[in-house]
Amino acid sequence: MEFDPETDEDADSEADARRSERTSRRTDGREDAAADVTPATAEPNTASTTATPAAENEATATEIAAGATETDTAVTFDRDGLRAGFLKTIPVALGIGGYGIAFGILADQAGLSVAEAALMSATVVAGASQIVAVELWADPIPIAAVLVTTFAINLRYSLMGAALQPWFKRLSATKVYGSLFVMADENWALTMRSLKSNTGYGAFLLGSGIAVWLAWVGATIVGSVAGGVIGDPTTYGFDFILTAVFLSLAAELWEGQSSLLPWTVSLATALITAELVPGRWYILLGGLAAATVEVIRRGE
Amino acid sequence: MASDALTLSLDPLVVAVVLAMALITFLTKVGGIWLVRRFELSDRLEAGLTVLPGAIVVAVIGPELAAGGPAEWAAAGAVLLVMWRTESILLALCTGVIAVVAFRAIF
Repeated sequence: MEFDPETDEDADSEADARRSERTSRRTDGREDAAADVTPATAEPNTASTTATPAAENEATATEIAAGATETDTAVTFDRDGLRAGFLKTIPVALGIGGYGIAFGILADQAGLSVAEAALMSATVVAGASQIVAVELWADPIPIAAVLVTTFAINLRYSLMGAALQPWFKRLSATKVYGSLFVMADENWALTMRSLKSNTGYGAFLLGSGIAVWLAWVGATIVGSVAGGVIGDPTTYGFDFILTAVFLSLAAELWEGQSSLLPWTVSLATALITAELVPGRWYILLGGLAAATVEVIRRGE
Repeated sequence: MASDALTLSLDPLVVAVVLAMALITFLTKVGGIWLVRRFELSDRLEAGLTVLPGAIVVAVIGPELAAGGPAEWAAAGAVLLVMWRTESILLALCTGVIAVVAFRAIF
């Protein structure tokens, strides 16, 4: 739960007044509250402070009720976070359903049975690597190529997972690793958004991951059964959803001047790497280059 | 290709390869945080970690948009505009998808 030091002073005022005041105060409170747990994220991120959909307003109300006795930006792992993660991911999960159908069709064309395609979606839960794997699929199965490619495409998740550590460090290993099983690009992005705005929802990743998992596995089965009956998902613009999710997130993560250097380094590295190296290494290298530059900058 | 008889079939070799993919993927997902959980992080290293979200997001978007064309670029602009004005991710998403379909029809 988020805690604003100022919330205590508001304890006796009207609930409505508190709610609206609180929205405007989140930015002010963040610097103090965030400093205890995540020193390096203490810069106020004004872009993400305005509560948007209903779920977030609800969260704010809960925070007012619970927050008055807390003294820290504690990251909790509870039903509220699970629910918030699940609900906020539903619109994105619809888009993932589009990808899932495409994957199911490809898997069917590659000769995988419906059960085999569903098993892959249920246990691997990583769209890009699955699509590439079924494109490599042949008879006999090129096992080494499939496994090495899977590793290379998914290595970026190591970096994404590590980025959650400032919030996850007080959660048990079971909760952390269990949540990471259902981590995909989209729900990682939504989770970062939630945690960065100090909701303290440790279970957000698991909740959003469950929504992603259900959509992904369900759509895989639909695509695999329907085969070529359904057309190309680009017709409906589904292929643009991942880019749109990340663009929205970029707009929120932008912290002004302090973001400029790491973002430029990452963008340049990613663009050059994408030109020179096949696969998705560019994501990993872009992130690593930016982190390295930041570590050097802090040392000066 | 999926005839009724084949729908539920599970070839042992296919299952083995799929489970190996699953294990490898799980290791990539937990590997990074496993490392940083085991070792006490210096402030500098933690500062490096906190720029990761933005940096990864930019690294995903850059080549993705570079591979696209005017339709994707215009739709990307629409997403940023809606996000900047409304800060609603749902609205931005819907705008992006509708815009990309529309712009692809135009360009």
